[in-house]
This record gives sequence, C-alpha cells and structure tokens, in this order.
Amino acid sequence: MTAPGLAAANLGYAHRHLLGIEGLSADEISFLLDLSENYVELSRRGNKKTALLRGLTIINLFFENSTRTRTSFELAGKRLGADVINMSVAWSSIKKGETLIDTAMTLNAMHPDVLVVRHPDSGAVKLLSEKVTCAVINAGDGSHEHPTQALLDGLTIRRRTGRLEGLIVAICGDILHSRVARSNIQLLGIMGARVRVVAPPTLLPAAVERLGVEVFFDMKEALKDCDIVMMLRLQTERMHGTFVPSTREYFRFYGLDADKLKAAKPDASIMHPGPMNRGIEIDSELADDIDRSLIREQVEMGVAVRMACLDALTQDLRGHNLAAAEVGPEVGPEVGSGAGARS
Amino acid sequence: MNDSAGTPGRTAVRRTAFVNARLLDPASGLDAPGALVVEDGRIADLGPGLLAEGVSEGMARIDCGGHCLAPGLIDMRVQLREPGEEHKETIASAGVAAAEGGVTSVAALPNTEPVVDDVSGVEFVARRAREAKLVKVYTYAAATRRLEGKEITEIGLLAEFGAVGFTDGLHAVADALVMRRVLDYARAFDQLIVQHPEEPSLAAGVMNEGEVATRLGLAGIPAAAEAIMVERDLRLVELTGARYHAAHISTAAAVEAIRGAKARGLAVTCDTAPHYFTLNEHAVGDYRSFAKVSPPLRAEADRAAIAAAVAEGTIDAVASDHSPHDQESKRLPFAHAAPGIAGLETLLALTLALYHKGELGLLDVLGRMTVRPAGILGLEAGRLAKGAPADLVLFDLERPWRIDPDAFRSKSKNSPFENHPVQGKVLRTVVDGRTVFEAGA
Repeated sequence: MTAPGLAAANLGYAHRHLLGIEGLSADEISFLLDLSENYVELSRRGNKKTALLRGLTIINLFFENSTRTRTSFELAGKRLGADVINMSVAWSSIKKGETLIDTAMTLNAMHPDVLVVRHPDSGAVKLLSEKVTCAVINAGDGSHEHPTQALLDGLTIRRRTGRLEGLIVAICGDILHSRVARSNIQLLGIMGARVRVVAPPTLLPAAVERLGVEVFFDMKEALKDCDIVMMLRLQTERMHGTFVPSTREYFRFYGLDADKLKAAKPDASIMHPGPMNRGIEIDSELADDIDRSLIREQVEMGVAVRMACLDALTQDLRGHNLAAAEVGPEVGPEVGSGAGARS
Repeated sequence: MNDSAGTPGRTAVRRTAFVNARLLDPASGLDAPGALVVEDGRIADLGPGLLAEGVSEGMARIDCGGHCLAPGLIDMRVQLREPGEEHKETIASAGVAAAEGGVTSVAALPNTEPVVDDVSGVEFVARRAREAKLVKVYTYAAATRRLEGKEITEIGLLAEFGAVGFTDGLHAVADALVMRRVLDYARAFDQLIVQHPEEPSLAAGVMNEGEVATRLGLAGIPAAAEAIMVERDLRLVELTGARYHAAHISTAAAVEAIRGAKARGLAVTCDTAPHYFTLNEHAVGDYRSFAKVSPPLRAEADRAAIAAAVAEGTIDAVASDHSPHDQESKRLPFAHAAPGIAGLETLLALTLALYHKGELGLLDVLGRMTVRPAGILGLEAGRLAKGAPADLVLFDLERPWRIDPDAFRSKSKNSPFENHPVQGKVLRTVVDGRTVFEAGA
C-alpha cells in the first residue's frame, strides 16, 4: 500500500480529465480503485485532513440539483486540503450552449485547478472541458456518464467480493435515462464482469445489447445466480403512464423485494446509487438489510473515490514524487503532460 | 335428439356421447363421420370408429343426425355493453345470443362505462360471466387509461388478472409515441396489442368516401385512413418486436400491407367481420343507419379483396364485431346514428357463405372462427382433441333460412341483414360439456 498522494505520481492515470469510464483501461481503473483504498483508511481516521492539494482551487459547478454528489466532492476536496467553491447554476435560466462556454471561459479566468461539473445535457461536460485549461471531472452529464459513481460502485463491490472479474451483476430499472447504468456497464465490462440489464422495454435504450450486456424483461430471470443486484432510481415523472403505467405495477414487476432476490445467489449484495424511492424500486426492509445492502457503504466509498480522482488529476500540478517509483514502472511523462494540448 | 343430459341450464352427466356426427376439426384437418365423448367438461375421446359398438350404460347419448360437430366458435371481438349500457346488452343477454350463434367463447372490448382499464374491471367481467354461466367471456383491457391514448395501463397486472389482450376498442391509439410505448411495454409481458386501425384525423366522416357518399351528401372516410394506420403500426411493430393484431380490416390496401408484414416475418395478425366481405357501401342505400359501421362498409373491390384475404389466410380470423345498439341510437339522421352491427347470432351463417360460394373449404372457414382466434388470444379451446375443453357447436350445414333480427336473443336488433338468405343453422351449442343452446328446445 502506498501512502495517499504517492501512487498518483506514477502516472497510473494518464488523462487530463475524467469525463467518462469509456476509454479507460483496466489498469487505469484498478489504479484508481487501489488509490481509493488508501483514502478509505484516511477517511476513517480521527484527523481526516491531508495537505496534498493545499493551495489548489476546486470549483464544483452544478447545473443540476444534487446534494449528495456535490457534498461528496466537497468533502473529498476539503479532506485533501484544497479550497473548494460550490457554484449552483439554474440551468433553466441559461438556454444556449454558447452561454455554457461563456461560463467556462469566465471560470477559467479565475484559474481553478479542478472543475467538477454536473450538467443535465449529455456531452455538455466534455464541451466545457475543451474550453478550459484546468482538469475537469464529470459529475454526471445527462444520460451519458457518471464516472465517479461507477468507480465507487466498483470499489464497493471489490471490497465486498475481492474482485470484479467474473462476477454477475444485474442492473435493474431505468436504464434508458441512467448515466449511472452507462458508466457501470462500461466499468464492469472493462473489468471482466458479466453485466445484465433488466427493465421494461420502455426503459431500455435501443441496441443496449451492443454495449455487451445481456437484456432481460423479467426480474427473476435476470437475477438468477447474480452476485450483485444494482437498482436504479426511477424519476417520479416517468411513473404514471408514460414509461411505466403505475408505481404499483412497477414495484410488482421491477421492484426489488425478498421474493425476487431469492433468484440471486444466497450472498448476493444490493446496491443503489440513491436517493431511493422506497416501495417503488426497492423494498424498504431490503434497503436497510445490513447483511445484503451495500447502500451505505457506497456513500462512504464515494468520498474516497473522489479523493483518489482529485489526487490523480492534480499529479502534474504537484510535480512528480520520485518516491512513487517503487509502486510500478514509470509511464512516459509526455502522457501526463498533455494538458492543454487539446483545444 | 334423445338425451336427458344436455338440456339448457342443467349440468351434464359425467359422460356424454355425441354419436352419428360429422366431426370437423380445423386444427388437425379431421373431417369424418364419427363420435365424440365428453367427460367432466372435456373431450375424452373422439374419432371415426369410436363407439361403433354402441354407447355403454351410464353414458348419455346425443344423436347428431349426421350433422357437423365442430369446436365452438371463438368470437374475438364483441361489445358486451355491461357495465354502463345495460339497456343495449348485458353479459347475460350477450351470452344467450352467443350460444344461439354457436359461439362458445367471446373476447369483449373494454369500451364500457367505466372503461376496463384496471384489475377491478377485469374481475367484474369475469364475475358477471360466472354468474351468467353461459359462454366463456374473456376481456381485453384498455391499452391506455380511459381510452384517452395518453397513459399506458397496468398491462402486467391486468394480464395476471386475465385480460387476453390490450386495445382502445373503437379508438385507434393515435399518437405514434404512445403506441410505440404500448407495444414496447406489452413486449415485457408477451401481451397482444389490438388496434382499431384508423387514422382519426382522416376518419371524421360517416361512411366510405366515394361516389355513394357524394351522391348521399355524406362525409366520407377514405380507405387510406385504414391503410395509413396499419402501415404506421407495422413500422412500430418492426421497431419493437411486439405482438400486434389489426381488428376488422376492411380495405384491400390494409390487406396488402399486412400480407407484406407477414412475409417479412412480423408477429402480426388481423381479423375482419362478416359484413366486410358480405356487403359494400351500397348497403347504406337510402341512409340505412343499420349499415353504418366503423370502419365503414367499403367499395365492392375492397369487399372482394377482404373475401379473398380470408380465403388465402392473410386475414387470420373472422369475428362478429358485435356492436349492439338500441333503436334510439340508430333512429337518427345517418350522420348521428351510432355505428355498429349486432352480429353474434349471424357470425356462423354469414361466414359459411364463403364455403357455400366455393371460395374456401369448410375446415378453413371454421378455422377462422376457432383455432386461429384461439391461437391469437392464447386460449386452449378451439379444437376437437382429447383433453380439450368440450366447447362444441353442432350445426346443419345446408339448412337455408333468412335472418330475422326481430328474433335475435340479443337485447339489440341492429342488423342490416334483415331477410338476408343464408345457409347453415346452429342446432346445439355446448360449453364445457354443458348444453347452453339447443334448437327448438
């Protein structure tokens, strides 16, 4: 085990931004997960603070309401010693893509070191990342990706089962609109897990099987022999006749309850990215079942993973720490110093 | 006919033999003289050589007099009017009419008041049918809430409670996105979606568009209104992979579209009603509102195409589209009269005309009203086979008669077929071994 901050310096993560899981290698994901483990330990200590990012500025730029993710990033930044600013922008008052770029340029002029961005439009975070000189972390863009969620889910699973490869993971619910599902499908696939998705066809995106998943309409079939059951949140406005006829019917066929869970492996674990709709996508007692539910663990891992991501993305700013050489072969510095090369 | 077992309303004895019958089973192709034994409501045995030695003690005997014994008809499209319009029809009165017509199973549309769009509606129909104890009554549930074409219904729960399919009845699901989601969602439960295929924005008229409508000064509905909706739906079926059934097809263009879809391997079926291959738009004649029906009676070329499509099998099923209306609903200026024909009691005779005219073999004619609709709806009835439910119709294939709507057992008498000559008369109707109708009884 390396100390916090040290592992990042070996360039195990060779990208300027973290915009998505797609395109990452298994080694890069493992590196981030390994690094996160250290921060789990740090966060459990009495004194949770390091000075690793002292003097660096992080802006949490949220164009969409989020308490949980924003708080998790804020804590992560503060525990690493950075200055953290939260900016919430009501996207409804800003209509044009140009304004997004204007916002980016304005913020860029303030010289932040990391921008953590959530936006309701798929691709908006990438667009913004092309206009700034600092590192950008995608904290969720539309229905596209939510990479830190997938990483924290991966870490949670790995800590529970010791591995990701070969596991059977069922992702259940509103796959169509879910960036969590897309990032997890990518990550679990890259790491060698077998991914299943289960939902009514109205909540499945077209050609989803092309992402390398098995598609099910029936929960019990999908959960058969599963190691992990990952539930997704169903938005209220989709429950009453548009995508799903009613909450009653949804819970009956797609809500996770003890009966459906019997189809999974006896020690299968339950996950949910939160916030939960109890009694709609998940039975309340199951969500609180300390033996089966990893939901609270996921929240804890969220902070650790975000610390690891901040660490990894600021390695250049902090300079290479030679002490890290022991961890593994050094990657050519040009990979990491590509910052600013992209327009 | 000598029996003490099967008089209407009485429970059958354990074993009943139907002897001296012409056994007709479209599913197996059986057409031979023989006998059939019913035990505990199911067909215990049947065949040409059966009971050649005579009927044993303790077995009731029904002499079929050499007449046709076939699976009871399955009418996949009827309106029962209960709940809500019991002055036009009830589940009980429709049951009597169905039995009279040789129909042993009906599938009811959900366009009642209230609409059958939740499980309590499905349970109500089932309970009333149990109480009536006549023919088997299945029900479709609405595809969208209140038939409004906006929000999908609880298809999964409704199917668990026994709905045999989902349809908005006399309305098309017009919005393509809603229809796509209905088809998509139904796929999760392998449920059938039945469409009234008519583009509503083109269907504001009251009869078929053409010369007759022009001369009468009535607003027309073009044949294209049907073809457009069928063709759109077929695209959506291709997109979603759902099971789709187009109801009461009336135009050559729609037949052609469905023929093409079947050739491409889509899970598509369709039906028509006897009036679409028996009558054309001229039946409207002098503003006869009994000939007002939705979709409207079409041009002669369409009528002939429908008959041909039934014969070739592109049209899978013939259903009565039983639409009972009281006098008040029909004795109105043509444009204001309610559309629909009471058809339960004339389904068999009108459809047998296809056989009598030589357009189609007898087994094929019967198949369109038995095993084919059973297959579409997933019912176990519709065939003469060991173990199958003893739902039977005994009919005199040749007997000529004239349709007399006043003699209908249905509460409503709205039929354009008054005095229409037909051949083929139901003698006895049996449901689960119980005789529910017997001619002259």
